[in-house]
Amino acid sequence: MMQLAVPEVPLLNVDNLVVEYGLGNKTVHAVSGVSLQVARGETLGLVGESGCGKSTLGRAVLQLRRAKSGRVLFDGEDLTAMEGETLRKMRRRVQLIFQDPIASLNPRRRIGDIVAEPLIIAGIKDAVERKRRVHEVLSAVGLDPDLVAGRLPHEFSGGQCQRICIARSLVLNPEFIVCDEPVSALDVSIRAQILNLLEEMKTRFGLTLLFIAHDLAVVKAVSDRVAVMYLGRLCEVGPSQQLFANPAHPYTALLLQAIPVPDPDVRPAESVAAGEPPSPIAPPSGCRFRTRCLRADQRCSAEIPELREIAPGQFAACHHPLA
Amino acid sequence: MSSPLLTIADVAVELPTPRGNLRAVDHVDLSLEAGRTLGIVGESGCGKTMLSRAVLQLLPKKAKLTGRVMFDGQDLARLAPESLRRLRGRDLAVVFQDPMTSLNPVLTIGTQLMETIQEHLELDAPEARKRSIELLAAVGIPAPEQRLTQYPHQCSGGMRQRIAIAIALSCEPKLLIADEPTTALDVTIQAQILDLLAREQRRRHMAMIIITHDLGVVAGRADEVAVMYAGRVVERAPTSALFKRMHMPYTEALLAAIPKLDAAPHTPLPAISGRPPDPTRPLRGCSFAPRCRYATGRCHEAKPALTSAEMPDHLYACFHPIQLAEGVGA
Repeated sequence: MMQLAVPEVPLLNVDNLVVEYGLGNKTVHAVSGVSLQVARGETLGLVGESGCGKSTLGRAVLQLRRAKSGRVLFDGEDLTAMEGETLRKMRRRVQLIFQDPIASLNPRRRIGDIVAEPLIIAGIKDAVERKRRVHEVLSAVGLDPDLVAGRLPHEFSGGQCQRICIARSLVLNPEFIVCDEPVSALDVSIRAQILNLLEEMKTRFGLTLLFIAHDLAVVKAVSDRVAVMYLGRLCEVGPSQQLFANPAHPYTALLLQAIPVPDPDVRPAESVAAGEPPSPIAPPSGCRFRTRCLRADQRCSAEIPELREIAPGQFAACHHPLA
Repeated sequence: MSSPLLTIADVAVELPTPRGNLRAVDHVDLSLEAGRTLGIVGESGCGKTMLSRAVLQLLPKKAKLTGRVMFDGQDLARLAPESLRRLRGRDLAVVFQDPMTSLNPVLTIGTQLMETIQEHLELDAPEARKRSIELLAAVGIPAPEQRLTQYPHQCSGGMRQRIAIAIALSCEPKLLIADEPTTALDVTIQAQILDLLAREQRRRHMAMIIITHDLGVVAGRADEVAVMYAGRVVERAPTSALFKRMHMPYTEALLAAIPKLDAAPHTPLPAISGRPPDPTRPLRGCSFAPRCRYATGRCHEAKPALTSAEMPDHLYACFHPIQLAEGVGA
């Protein structure tokens, strides 16, 4: 059964994280005070539309993008305070899988070397041991190590390249993997294979995942809990099943409504989506979703809604949550 | 019944590659009547885009096209370049996945709209400007007058796609080909654009082809769906018939592989094993046979033709069709 309540000590604890980018003399408010927890062994799905800050959040967790303020506690230790060798050591435990599997692989290097690279960086000098690990993870992701290790990335399809990326992320035996849109670039039939593979790897290696994607159905397929992000802030967090059945935040409801369902008997709802997301350079005051929200009133522009518990384990940041 | 607006007859497209000839489209027959919407669904490399390029006569230079593309009584493959140019943009319009493929980054939106309108319709500048404003308003662009003086980079992705649609609609086309029109857009914007296309299609009694990889996009919006695999149409039927009882194992597998919103988390997806065949090495038998759980020896030996069984308008290319009443087909 899924974990409904967050246990006392989560593996990952993101606390009031703020990430900003400079853009000329302007500031992009990419992540504005996000707090979330991921329990050991859990998959937290993070959904939102492009520009909502979900990828920035993923990178800030790994310290690939430094936060302006806030903390990222991994297994109780603050990653934002770490630098140099300490951080590098920590990174063995935390890995990342990107959206574009082909661009993530150096086209001039052989698959065996690509997958072995993290081991070299980690200082594992024993070549036999490295080879053993590379073989182990390549077989785990469903590739024949003897056939693929000596080949170059261009000899593989997108789905196979994503398998290779997953193998590379597993080679150091990490505890936590941030998956940033890992199946968005793949075809439907290949996407299902990779999602199943990720689930299998999670069980086999005892992983904890932060799964970032824009596709709600994809996120639901793998996540215990889901967090919905809009323009740098969290709108809603809750157990997947519950959040999809009873969205409390109007933005979650809008996202769910907008998904085209592969069933002709389900009439597409006339798009109630008023307009487009505003610019993260000048986000609206108060609730950032208010400019597109049918329920918005004066209070929504004056007061930033805090995340509060709507139902057991389900939190929404809205002044007028849906019943 | 009136004769179809578009008839694609035995169309094949071959592209020379260093590894040999690539058969992108493998003898496809399709037709479409005025005011109807046809959805063409398939994964990357299935030939859906090449087929639409064949209709538009916009194939790569080295591509070899055989078969006939009849549009409004004319064979497009035999049309002189000048006549084709007059036809495209006026009667035959297209919207691409990335609006920046069709928008010119250094011209204002007004210039691009008015250029198309004045090229094809006999309107003077003030009339063309007025029509441009009407079109931008019709595709849901707020403050259309101000937009005319802006450049594409000043607009969001969704706005650019609306502008591309406005240009495509500007000369009242008889057929609009939308090639993955919403794939680059966010889901809330996608819904808006699909609604817009459906509304304008009804209003103008225009025929439309929606090309997509997403069965969800065509389910609620196409009258008829053609599923393509490895260059061929493998199933074709009225939309509701197709979704109710698909006969082609590939269609079934494709639908099953999509994560469902109402499924419980951690439900393993029925994935299709393997991947599509190499298009430069065509298979003797059914192209889907190596991945198909119903395949038998016969499927690897011969190509099944597109046939129908119970319903004359429900076609499938399979020796072992599924969901057919006992004793029919096969």
